[in-house]
Amino acid sequence: MLDWLEKRVRRLGEPVVNTMEKLGFGFRFLMAVLWHSGTSFRRPGLVIREVFFTGVLSLVIILVSGLFVGMVLGLQGYDTLVRFGASEALGVLVSLSLLRELGPVVAGLLFASRAGSAITAEIGMMKATEQLAAMEMMAVNPVARVVAPRFWAGVLSMPILAALFSAMGILGGYVVGVVLIGVDAGTFWSQMQAQVDLFNDVGNGLVKSVVFGVAVSIIAVFEGFDAPPTAEGVSGATTRTVVTSSLVILGLDFILTAFMFRGI
Amino acid sequence: MPLSSPDVPADSLVDIDNVTFSYDRRTILKGISLTIPKGKVVAIMGGSGCGKTTLLRLIGGQIKPSKGEVRVAGRVVHELDSDGLYHLRRKMGMLFQFGALFTDMSVFDNVAFQMREHTELPESMIRDLVLMKLNAVGLRGAAKLMPSELSGGMARRVALARAIALDPVLMLYDEPFAGLDPISLGVIGKLIRDLNDALGATSIMVTHSVQESLRIVDYVYFVSEGKIVAEGTPAEITASAEPYVHQFVDGLPDGPVPFQYPAKPYTDELMGVRRA
Repeated sequence: MLDWLEKRVRRLGEPVVNTMEKLGFGFRFLMAVLWHSGTSFRRPGLVIREVFFTGVLSLVIILVSGLFVGMVLGLQGYDTLVRFGASEALGVLVSLSLLRELGPVVAGLLFASRAGSAITAEIGMMKATEQLAAMEMMAVNPVARVVAPRFWAGVLSMPILAALFSAMGILGGYVVGVVLIGVDAGTFWSQMQAQVDLFNDVGNGLVKSVVFGVAVSIIAVFEGFDAPPTAEGVSGATTRTVVTSSLVILGLDFILTAFMFRGI
Repeated sequence: MPLSSPDVPADSLVDIDNVTFSYDRRTILKGISLTIPKGKVVAIMGGSGCGKTTLLRLIGGQIKPSKGEVRVAGRVVHELDSDGLYHLRRKMGMLFQFGALFTDMSVFDNVAFQMREHTELPESMIRDLVLMKLNAVGLRGAAKLMPSELSGGMARRVALARAIALDPVLMLYDEPFAGLDPISLGVIGKLIRDLNDALGATSIMVTHSVQESLRIVDYVYFVSEGKIVAEGTPAEITASAEPYVHQFVDGLPDGPVPFQYPAKPYTDELMGVRRA
């Protein structure tokens, strides 16, 4: 009976202890990445190269998704607004939805799937094929040379991608609302200009995208660095990056929104 | 048990003194002591999982011993801080089992990696040095290729050129002959010996390729179950009557290293004697 109870308690406690251990290791890893970021700033070429792989190569999926999300917002928004005779507010609805929420969140989710998973897989494979160990043996710190440039590239790329996502979304909303449905173009833009606040809406959206960029990037590099050096280990780490990043983005979005828009 | 003392000068580059190492509760090395003299090529041989790669990782400072100490050039490796360890590693070169080339860089950039990271040399000089290193391993013509375009033997040679980029005083080889065809095997063996002599370096080679190793090394240590079970020059090893050495050198399936993994008696198993 006692054995049975002990086993149950152990089974219950083990995942909690493991999670706490991993969180602690993750935090220490973040500190190590920040501590070893000097190389990334001294040699910006390392970061720029990674910005190409994480940011530029994510452009297609971000731009196309942004366009379609904006077009859907245009259709759905018009359908609702027209019932209240407020169809001229379509520009405001589309732009606020994108700048405050959909831009940072959907771009973050896409970024985690497209770039985050690629970063994890790359670092994980470098570990599995002893490239990181080789670097260590060549007296080059892999956290400084491999991890930090990828982390900063993600942090830099994410806000730009979110901004482009929102811009494409607004364009999509314009195409559907103004060009296809026939909402007045002047009203569409002037209402948007009047109602969208640079600090509260654009600024807060930017803050969100930076926070998501930090979160996705650190999760991606950590999972890659921590991946067991096997094919199964790397594939598991890649999956964990996408799942954890997505959940963290959604959780953080709620917390940030609660703080940012509580007085509105 | 030693067959003789190493026929070498008194000054040693690497001293492993009564080292014990455990992963979790499993003891890999059990109080091992050995000496690697300057200027020599020394092989550490033994079956898979006997702890020889662990020994190499201890020398490189990638792991710390549970007991005892590893000294390289008189400095206790596990007592060095990270700056001290990196300083020491700049004088080491390591050839990994499958090369561990950086797959996102060309052959040229792989060999130039350390020069760019650790020196302020102008790119024109780096170019000349890289071509010299590649020429030494016979792959000057492959400078522009990517690692994915190389055969296993070529990748190992590029990795060797990269390992000697900064003229190390200590070379560590982890299974340098694993998975190579006979020609590549001969080429790598010759390069290990020639480069060691040309650079005036000291080489430690962890391997289980008996014949190829005995052709090029000065001294051999045999490791089994975390202990040194035999040592000697290639001639002494070849002539040894030590059962473990005899089994290993001649590749016998049974002997001190049993064919069967420990199990309960076969008859008990077959006759259905079950645990309650």
